[in-house]
Amino acid sequence: MSEHNLDARRMLCPMPVIKTQNKVNELAVGDILHVVCTDPGVLSDIPAWARINGHEVISHQENEDEITITVRVGS
Amino acid sequence: MAKQHKAVALISGGLDSLLAVRVLQEQGIEVEGINFYTGFCVEGHTHAIRNHDKEKKKRNNALWAAEQLGIKLHIVDVIEEYKDVLLNPKHGYGANMNPCLDCKVFMVSKAVEWVKENHKDGFDFIITGEVIGQRPMSQRKQTMPIIAKESGADDILLRPLCAKNLPATKPELEGWVDREKLYDFSGRNRKPQMALAKEFGFTDYASPAGGCCFLTDKNYSAKLVDLWKGRGSREYEMDDIMLLKVGRHLRPKPEFKLIIARDAGESKFLQGYRKQFITIQSLSHNGPLTLVDGDINSTDFELVAGIVARYGQGRDAQQVEVEVSVPNEQAQTFQIKPLTTEEVLEEWHV
Repeated sequence: MSEHNLDARRMLCPMPVIKTQNKVNELAVGDILHVVCTDPGVLSDIPAWARINGHEVISHQENEDEITITVRVGS
Repeated sequence: MAKQHKAVALISGGLDSLLAVRVLQEQGIEVEGINFYTGFCVEGHTHAIRNHDKEKKKRNNALWAAEQLGIKLHIVDVIEEYKDVLLNPKHGYGANMNPCLDCKVFMVSKAVEWVKENHKDGFDFIITGEVIGQRPMSQRKQTMPIIAKESGADDILLRPLCAKNLPATKPELEGWVDREKLYDFSGRNRKPQMALAKEFGFTDYASPAGGCCFLTDKNYSAKLVDLWKGRGSREYEMDDIMLLKVGRHLRPKPEFKLIIARDAGESKFLQGYRKQFITIQSLSHNGPLTLVDGDINSTDFELVAGIVARYGQGRDAQQVEVEVSVPNEQAQTFQIKPLTTEEVLEEWHV
């Protein structure tokens, strides 16, 4: 299991979802990916993408300008 | 054991693709979805940017549809490849800058590539939610075979909602799909789709007027044409097409235009472009952040400062302090009288 980071700041949905999807495709089952975003749309889109594709959002953190969503790669 | 045939579906997030997938699922066909992001897709960007839209619940309709259907969805970034579709459409444009027929051919051809790559996993054919007569440019009886032929899909392209109005395709001829259980919808009347949605238990679905693409929007298309005219070339980058969705666009001189934020949300969004563009902002009064796109001469700084002051809270003041910032240079400030409504000429508005 390894941890990875993805910078999706200033991207508007669905680009953060696409970047997350493409990064996850390179990772192994169980790996952790932290995605940093600025579009609040990711709060609904990345969890929806994760649910339908078998991955898990294990946390999200919000501050005034940035949102960090952490995804565990599924099978 | 008989081979399990699988389909990939073009998912826009609208009702038709939702129904097309469910029709095949009813026949036991396993489906996965594919959604292409051209950069012009209506995906609630303005919700993400504008203050007054913040309270609206935002969702990506393609992801939402996939979740309703219980299918996987692959979202593919085709921004770069799509440029050639938009700039050189073999079949021309629709009412605005929408190259709908070429766009459909392009997307089906991308799905053909996907099927070839995933054939080993059982994917054999492609489905779309197309309905004959639904759209004036791309979904007509004459265009259906053009899309199948030019995309390279030929007889592996199945349109479950209007299949009975078209020649049988390979999935039907081979018996993978029961043609009798497909549909014969046609025309712009949405009642058959709404009745089928009810039958399947879909009550909440997207049906955006004008489809799911900014290029069908008259105002957006006008801004795109203006951008190309201002630059003297039909080129664009992702930032350009994003910025066409934001702010009030004024072109006081042929060489440059102003992108003036319409609220605090847009000002905040435009802040992200400060290192790339000349920016203008009132210092003495609250006002919108403004970007200058194009080549501006410093002799025009007072003119643009006066325009920007007109859109801030100092619009009625005798004098407003306005800052013009050029990336990597010392900012300049101007004490300026805001232009009047009449002085901001109608023809400047893009």
